[in-house]
Amino acid sequence: MNGLRRFWDSDFAWDFRHTPVAVVSFVVALILVLAALFAPLVATMNPFEPVNLNLMNGFTAPGTPNAFTGESFLMGTDDQGRDVYSTILYGMRISLFVGFAAVTLGLLIGVTLGLIAGYFGGWTDAIIMRIADVQLTFPSILVAMLIFGVAKGVTPVEYRDQLAIWVLILSIGLSDWVQFARVVRGATLVEKQKEYVQAARLIGRGALPILARHILPNVLSPVLVIATISLALAIIAEATLSFLGVGAPSTQPSLGTLIRIGQSFLFSGEWWILFFPSVTLLALALSVNLLGDWLRDALNPKLK
Amino acid sequence: MSLLEITNLTVEFPTRRQVFKAVDGVHLTVEPGQIHGLVGESGAGKSTVGAAVMGLLDPPGRIAGGEIEFKGEVISGLNAEAMRGLRGQKISMIFQDPLTSLNPLLTIREQLVETIEINLDVSSSDADKRARDLLDRVGIPDPDTRLDQYPHQFSGGMRQRVVIALALCSEPDVIIADEPTTALDVAIQAQILELIRDLVDERQVGVILITHDMGVIADTTDRVTVMYRGAVVETGETAQILGAPTHEYTKSLIAAVPRPHKKLHRFPRINYGGDDPDFAIEDLARNWPVYEMNAGEPLLKVRDLTKRFVQKRSLLPWGREYFTAVDQVSFDIMPGEVLGLVGESGSGKSTVARVIAGLYKADGGTVEFDGDLVSDLKNKEVQRAYRQEIQMIFQDPYSSLNPRMRVDQIVAEPIRHHKLLTGSEIPNRVAELLDQVGLGAEARLKYPHEFSGGQRQRIAIARALATQPRFLICDEPTSALDVSIQAQILNILKDLQDHLGLTILFISHALPVVRQMCDRVAVMRRGGLVEVTDSETLFTAPTHEYTQELLRLTPKTENLYEPESAA
Repeated sequence: MNGLRRFWDSDFAWDFRHTPVAVVSFVVALILVLAALFAPLVATMNPFEPVNLNLMNGFTAPGTPNAFTGESFLMGTDDQGRDVYSTILYGMRISLFVGFAAVTLGLLIGVTLGLIAGYFGGWTDAIIMRIADVQLTFPSILVAMLIFGVAKGVTPVEYRDQLAIWVLILSIGLSDWVQFARVVRGATLVEKQKEYVQAARLIGRGALPILARHILPNVLSPVLVIATISLALAIIAEATLSFLGVGAPSTQPSLGTLIRIGQSFLFSGEWWILFFPSVTLLALALSVNLLGDWLRDALNPKLK
Repeated sequence: MSLLEITNLTVEFPTRRQVFKAVDGVHLTVEPGQIHGLVGESGAGKSTVGAAVMGLLDPPGRIAGGEIEFKGEVISGLNAEAMRGLRGQKISMIFQDPLTSLNPLLTIREQLVETIEINLDVSSSDADKRARDLLDRVGIPDPDTRLDQYPHQFSGGMRQRVVIALALCSEPDVIIADEPTTALDVAIQAQILELIRDLVDERQVGVILITHDMGVIADTTDRVTVMYRGAVVETGETAQILGAPTHEYTKSLIAAVPRPHKKLHRFPRINYGGDDPDFAIEDLARNWPVYEMNAGEPLLKVRDLTKRFVQKRSLLPWGREYFTAVDQVSFDIMPGEVLGLVGESGSGKSTVARVIAGLYKADGGTVEFDGDLVSDLKNKEVQRAYRQEIQMIFQDPYSSLNPRMRVDQIVAEPIRHHKLLTGSEIPNRVAELLDQVGLGAEARLKYPHEFSGGQRQRIAIARALATQPRFLICDEPTSALDVSIQAQILNILKDLQDHLGLTILFISHALPVVRQMCDRVAVMRRGGLVEVTDSETLFTAPTHEYTQELLRLTPKTENLYEPESAA
């Protein structure tokens, strides 16, 4: 309780309370994440359980009762009679899961390589950072598609749909580590010059404890900022891949898949199938991104 | 009528929790041809006074009360537009760091001529001539060629001369010099101060000289104002204030100034609002191991030590270029001795310390500690023992403690690493160590940012003592601290040395500090050793020319007030 009060009283929390954009973004992001987490409780049905579906409900417009069944849907239904509201909730689960997992993967790889490159320098540094440079010359979506394509080629057909999500995470995570590595390397170069690191070396501490106990905790705040912004980017990358048809399969649709499915109905007047997933994606990515922006300013003492 | 008159100036910085009064009711006057010193420790508000006069207060700072009059005209309430006309033209400023106060992308000519043209109504050929004359006046040789060079082609002292020339461009009436020599070596400091003095006499400008250095005040100023926590404690003629201060704070401040002309047993303890609790080092001595010393044998033997740094990288060994930071340096340190290592910046003294400590690998020569060859970093067994027997105290207490570790973790780390103690003995030892450097038990659970600079340096000392070392390297341990804190830290180090019989390598650029601390002194210059003698001889009869020069340039403190207890 005491710790909580101290946190509430800290400059960080104070800054948060006095930045309306941050508060709104945080609330929106929190609602979306909670809704996705508790999708089975808040959704009207599980739209991917064929038992729940009634084809007669197909193409029901939002708010108006269906002509045949009389049922009414908040955000309408798609061609198979699935409630768009529920598909969004379930789709967001996939999107967020892929996003979080991909960022975690990118973070683990990037921070580790960045620490190693920054601390040891020399050849190790040169090799790691050149690989990073080369990877940056390709658009990350291209890298992701490349990894996705290769993975698809080597997995047996019957497992493809099951593995699709994991391949997605791997491809986005591997295209994402470079920025973590660059920032951590830079911060490590600064920290290792500081006298507390020299003091630890003087005691006789080896490279591993110095990196883990001394340098890592001091380079984490920029990592936190990048991780937040990366989360928004990873969600968008996942949506892009799924939109292009190389991501989440239609049996486990993410927001991107829903948008892909929806856009084919746009010109025949069923706008809601595309509209609501798109707005959700927008709200999710924007709120996380704005939160990241605020975090960057709040953690940077120079901007105060 | 005074040139500049500050009456009852109050500057406030509203923060989230409270309004912080950085300057509180300050009075100050500057007459033409006068240098008015403004002295105080960090946080005294002396720089804020300067910024307020210039209208350069950092937001959210604001002038909350009082007036600043310039030639009888109130300027403290002026809007930004009117202030800009005054600033730089009638009042100019010299900043601390000559490295950052010049634009690195413009030649000296461009910077000077531009300033002259903006401020004075002259043709460009006249401006050009003026620029040349100014450079000549501030003592830059060959001004014609120097005008077309860039700031990076100038040395630190030369750059500060250019900054002064720049401040003189507009023919100002008042110059505010904020720590103009703090970033410079003593030799250059003396030249710059002399230049400022000459210019003031010649042009009858008024100068506010902001500094923390009593020596600079004594050498240069006519009048002095002493500030403490935003308020003026004393003001008057320099000789009178420094020779016979009446206020307790001024007394304590002056008493803490290290004297180059005689050695004190301890710095006198006149306490004024500082944090210098009583503590006894005898307790620490009880548990201290008695090391067997070979009498007459040096504890540390340094022979032909050489360290080079790569200046130009290349894949091919013969394409590389090196800079020799330390060149064949040899000296001994006897057990229980304090050896001072002095030199100007860039003389290689810190590099010597880091090679001895094993943070850098030597490119040549050897370091022997108690008969073991410790410069061979590959010998793991010797290294392990050595790591336990030497420790180092660094210059900057703000960077030498890991900000993410609690104080008890910081102090316990060496003990845990060397597995010196186990279980509950560790917190006990940590508490004992912190107690002995004058920090209470509650300090254990705090983080470094909750402490002041002096307290942090105490934590660093506690950490250095954690392994019960025999040999301590102090690399400028007090140069980042205020003078009264410096006195406390030096007293602690002296006590430790007395009671624990530590052998110390004490590195400093300040000769007076070295005199107070050291038995013998080694003088370094450009990577080489100039002379090594015992401290008394060095300060009374230096043999080497360079040492004599250094001593001559050190600001004099003979006329400073001395409390009776100092004898």
